[in-house]
Amino acid sequence: MLDKADGQIFSGNVQLVHAVGMHARPAVKLTKLAKKFQAQISVRVEGAAEWINAKSVAKIMAMRAAHGSTIEIKASGSDAEAAVAALVKLIETDFPDEVS
Amino acid sequence: MQGVAAALAYRGRTASIGFAHGPFVRVDAETSGDRIAGSLVEEALALRKAIDTASGQIAELAAIAGGEAAQILEFQVALLEDEDLIEEILAAISEGDAADVAWRSTLDAQIADYNSAEDEYLKARSSDLADLRDRVMTILRGGGARALAIPSGAVVCADDLPPSRFLEIDWSGGGGLALLRGSPTSHVAMLARARGIPMVVQLGAVPELGATALLDGEGATLELDPNAEQLRLFERRRDIHRKSRASARAILRRPTALWRGERIRLLINIQHVDDLAHADAQYADGIGLMRTEFLLTGRGGLPDEEAQFAAYDAVLRWAGQRPVTIRTFDAGGDKPVPGFTIDGEANPFLGVRGLRLCLARPEIFTVQLRALARAAVRGNLKVMFPMVTSADELEAGRKLFADTVQRLQAEGIAAMLPELGIMVEVPAAALAVNSFKAAFFSIGSNDLAQYVLACDRSNGALAPLMDPLHPAVLELIARTAEHGRRAGISVSLCGDMASDSRCLPALLNCGLRELSVTTSALAQIKQTIDRLSSGGNLG
Repeated sequence: MLDKADGQIFSGNVQLVHAVGMHARPAVKLTKLAKKFQAQISVRVEGAAEWINAKSVAKIMAMRAAHGSTIEIKASGSDAEAAVAALVKLIETDFPDEVS
Repeated sequence: MQGVAAALAYRGRTASIGFAHGPFVRVDAETSGDRIAGSLVEEALALRKAIDTASGQIAELAAIAGGEAAQILEFQVALLEDEDLIEEILAAISEGDAADVAWRSTLDAQIADYNSAEDEYLKARSSDLADLRDRVMTILRGGGARALAIPSGAVVCADDLPPSRFLEIDWSGGGGLALLRGSPTSHVAMLARARGIPMVVQLGAVPELGATALLDGEGATLELDPNAEQLRLFERRRDIHRKSRASARAILRRPTALWRGERIRLLINIQHVDDLAHADAQYADGIGLMRTEFLLTGRGGLPDEEAQFAAYDAVLRWAGQRPVTIRTFDAGGDKPVPGFTIDGEANPFLGVRGLRLCLARPEIFTVQLRALARAAVRGNLKVMFPMVTSADELEAGRKLFADTVQRLQAEGIAAMLPELGIMVEVPAAALAVNSFKAAFFSIGSNDLAQYVLACDRSNGALAPLMDPLHPAVLELIARTAEHGRRAGISVSLCGDMASDSRCLPALLNCGLRELSVTTSALAQIKQTIDRLSSGGNLG
C-alpha cells in the first residue's frame, strides 16, 4: 500500500510490554497518536502477512497483538520519521497517560 | 437464612454490594421496525448524521461519568471516528443496503469476532460494541435521544444492560440493578461498583411484574413484593451494611488483619489480570484463587501454551513477592467446555469434572502444566487441583507435572515445579484429608456444601436448605483446618462463605486463618475481623 508513497519509508520495531497486549485503552492511544501525523502509517505483529492502518482502532484491536509480541511500524509521508519515533516511544513506555 | 420466605426470592451472583429498596422496573431492549431506505446519498448522509449524534451523546455521558466509565466511552468514540470502519459501512450502502442494515451487519461482524476471541478481555469488549451498535441503530430508526423513564431509587431489572444505558439512568436517588444474565466482571458491574450501586447478576428467570423490590447486593438476592417479615430482615441487613461501610475503607489500609492476636491472611479471588484493576486489590495479601476456565472458552476451544503463560505471568508480575495460587482447569459440572468436557453425562456435578477431566485429557492438561511450570520461575506461584477425591489423583497429577517440568528443562526452557495443593470440596477429601501429601489445602466451600447437603447449588428451589453454616459443613471445615494446624500445612477457604461477613465468626472458630475473598468484599471482611477481634459482634 506504500508503493506510491512519496519520499522515504521509515520503519521501526518495538516490543509490546503492556500486560494484557493491545487492548482497548492502548489501541485508542495508539490510533489517537497516529492521527496526529499526516503520514500514512502501518503496523503489524512481526511476521504477519498483512499491514494494518495505524489510524483504525477497529483494525488495531483485530490484530490481537499479545503481550511480548514485536510490533513493526512503517510510515511514509512528510512527517513519517517523527511518526515512527513517536509510536515506538508510546509502545515502549507502555502507553503512559499523557499530561493533558 | 431461616425466616426468608421463599415465595418471590431469587438468588444470583453479587456484582456490586449494597442494598436497594424501591419500585421494580423491567427494562428490555425494544426493537422497532427496519428503516425505509432512501437514496444512496440519503443513506450515507443518514449514517454520518447518526454517527455525529451518537458521538455527541457519548461525549456528554463521558463528561458526567469520568474515570473508568470515560475510558469505556472513549473506546466507543474512537470506533465512531475510525474511517476504515466507516468506509466499510459506506461500501455496503453503495451496494444498496439501508444505513441501519449496513451499520448493523458491520458491527455484528466485529462483535462476533470479539466474541470468538480466546481472550476474556476482548470478549468483555463485545458488549461495549453491542452498546454502540444499538445506540446508532436507535438514532437511525428515529428513536433519537430517548431517555429511559425510570423513577428515582428504582430496582432496574433487565436481561443485560449496556454501559451507556446504565449511565443514562439517574442513580442520584439510589436504586439497584438486577440482571437475569450479565457477569460480575462486565463493564456495567465495574460502573456499578464505582458508583456504589448494588448489583446482582445471573438471576435466571424473574417475573415481568412486581411493584416493589428488595435487592441485596451482599446476599445476591432479589425479593419481589416482600411481606413485612422479609422487609424487616432486609432493613436489618441494610443497616448493618451502612454502619460498617464508612469505617471499612479506613481499616482496609491497615497492613494486616488481626483476630485475637493472630494474623488473618486475606487473599483475593480473580480470573484475569484485569480484575486486579479494582482499587482495593492492592491491599490483598496475595491471590488465593485464580480461576483458569475462562481461557478455555475461546475459538477452537483451547488456548495455546503462550496465551496461557502470558495470562499467568501478568498476574505474577502484578503480585510481586505475594503468593499467587492458580487453580488448574475446573471444567465440567455446570461449566461445560465444547471439545473438552464430556457431553450427555446424566449427572455432571458427579461426573468427569475438575482434575478427573484433566487426567482423562492429558494432551490438554499438559499444555496448561507447561505454561504453569514456566510461570513458576517468574514469581511466588502455587498450583492447586480442583475436585480431588483420592490421594492417587493428586499423585497422578504431580507425576504428570514433574514429567512436564523435566521435559521443559531438557528443552532448555526455564521451568520448575511449583508448590502443589488441592481444593477440598469433595466430602471424601475433607474426611480423609490426612491421606493427601499436599503443600496446602484450599476449601471450596460452595461445592463442599452442595455435596455434603445434597443440594444442587444452581437449583434456586433449594436455596433455604443450601446453608453453608450447616453443622455438617462446618465440621468438615474444622477438621481440615485442624489437620493443617497439626501438620503445619496452610489451609485457606476460597468459596463464597469467605466473602460473607455473617459466616466469618464460624470460619474463624473453625480454626481458619487464611481466607480468599472477592475483591469487593475485602474491606468489609477486614473490618468484620477487626470488630470480632475487639469483642464486638455482627450486630
